[in-house]
Amino acid sequence: MTAYLPIFIHLLLAVLLTAALLGAHALLGGRRPTVAKDEPYESGVWPIGSARERIPIRYYLIAMLFILFDIEAVFLYPWAVAFRDLGVVGLVEMLVFLGVLFVGFVYAWQRRALEWE
Amino acid sequence: MTGLLVEALIKSIVLLLVLLTATAYLTLLERRLLAKFQLRFGPNRAGPLGLLQPLADGLKLLFKESFVPAQVDPIIYWLAPSISMVTALFVYAVIPFGPSIQLFGRSIPLVLADVNVGILVVLATSSIGVYGIILGGWSASNKFSLLGSLRSSAQLISYELTLGLGVIAVVLLAGSLSMVQIVEAQRDLWFVFRFPYGTVAFMLFLIAGVAETNRAPFDLPEAEQELVAGYQTEYGGFKFAMFYIGEYMSVITISALATTLFLGGWYGPPVIGRWLPGIVWVILKIFAGVFWFVWLRATFPRVRHDQLMTLGWKVLLPVGLVNVLLAAVVLALRSR
Repeated sequence: MTAYLPIFIHLLLAVLLTAALLGAHALLGGRRPTVAKDEPYESGVWPIGSARERIPIRYYLIAMLFILFDIEAVFLYPWAVAFRDLGVVGLVEMLVFLGVLFVGFVYAWQRRALEWE
Repeated sequence: MTGLLVEALIKSIVLLLVLLTATAYLTLLERRLLAKFQLRFGPNRAGPLGLLQPLADGLKLLFKESFVPAQVDPIIYWLAPSISMVTALFVYAVIPFGPSIQLFGRSIPLVLADVNVGILVVLATSSIGVYGIILGGWSASNKFSLLGSLRSSAQLISYELTLGLGVIAVVLLAGSLSMVQIVEAQRDLWFVFRFPYGTVAFMLFLIAGVAETNRAPFDLPEAEQELVAGYQTEYGGFKFAMFYIGEYMSVITISALATTLFLGGWYGPPVIGRWLPGIVWVILKIFAGVFWFVWLRATFPRVRHDQLMTLGWKVLLPVGLVNVLLAAVVLALRSR
C-alpha cells in the first residue's frame, strides 16, 4: 500500500494547485456580465433554438463498439503480463478469444457499423 | 514512514513546478518553431528571444474576466477544465525520469511511484481526461461546443483502442506493467528496434498519441472553420488556459510515454549511451518527441472526420490486433 502513497499525495497536490489557480482567477478576474455576453456564441448572430439537440445515433454505436473492444484490451493486459508462464496453451486460448472477437468485428464492418457518412 | 512522506511531497512539488514551466515554455517553443517553419519571426518581443512571453500570456489570462455565460451548468462548467488539468498533471506520478540517484547519502529513485500497474494508471487517467472534454462541451449549452465535444469523444475513444494495442505489444515484450521494469527490459535493445512488431507498435502508438492529444493533423475537435473553437467555445480566461495546459502537457506526456515504452527510457544509444547521465537522455528523447509533434503540425493539413474514423477503426485497429498476435506467436516460438 505504501507504494501508492506518493500517487495519492501527487493527486492531492495536483487538485490543490488546480483549485488555487481557479480561485486566483476568480478573485483577480472579477465578473462584469452583460446581456450580450450571456448569450451562447453563434458567430455574432442571435442563437436559434437550444443546444440540447438530439445526437446522431452514430456516436452511440461508436461508444458501444469502444466498450466491446476496450474490454477485450483489458483481458489482454493480464494475459500479456503472464504470457511467458502460460506458454503455448495461453497463446492458443487467446487466439480462440481473438478469433471470436474478430468474427464480431467483421460482422460490424459488414453491417456498415464502421461507415461514417 | 515520515521520511517516505517528506520525500514524496518534495518530489511531487518539484515535478509539478517543472511540468508547469515546461508546458508554459512548450507554447513558446511551438510558436517559435512554427514561425521558423513558415519563415516568420514569431514572438520575440517579451524578453530576450521572447523568453518572457509565456509569463506574460499566463498573467494576462489570469487577470482576464472570469466569465460564466448565463445558460451554463455552473458546477460542471468549472469542473471540466479542472479535470483536464488534474489528469494531465496526475499521469506523471508513474513516469520514470531516470535510474536512482545518490543524494544526501540516500538512494532516490527518479520516479514518484513505481507501482506494479504503472501503465494501467496512465491509461486509466487518460480515459478520465476525456470527461473534461465531454463535460466542458456539454455544460456550455452551445451547439458548437456540443458538436466539438461529441466529435472529440468519438475520436478519443476510437484511438484509445489503438493506443492500448500498441502498449499491449510492449507489455508482451517486457512481461510487466511496471514502467521501471519496462525500461529495464530495454537495456540491450530498445523496443522500437524489435522489428517488425516493436516498430509497428511504436508507429501505432505515435499516430494514436497525436489523435489522443487533439493535435494536428487530428485536431478536429477545434476545427476553427466549422466549429469555432469546439468544446472550448464558451470558455475564456484561465479556464480556457487550463484546457490548453492539459493539451500541451499531454503532448509532453505522449513523448515521455514513447520514451519510456519504446525508446529505452534512460538508456542511451549503444555506443555513446554512457556519455550522458540517464535523466539527460530522457529529457533529450522527450524533447525530440515534442519537436516531432510541432513538425507534424507545420507539415500536414487537417483530415476530415470520416477519414479519421475510417483510419482508426478500419486500418489501425486490425493492424494493432494482428501486431499483438504476431508478437505473441514470435515470442512463443523463440521461447521453445
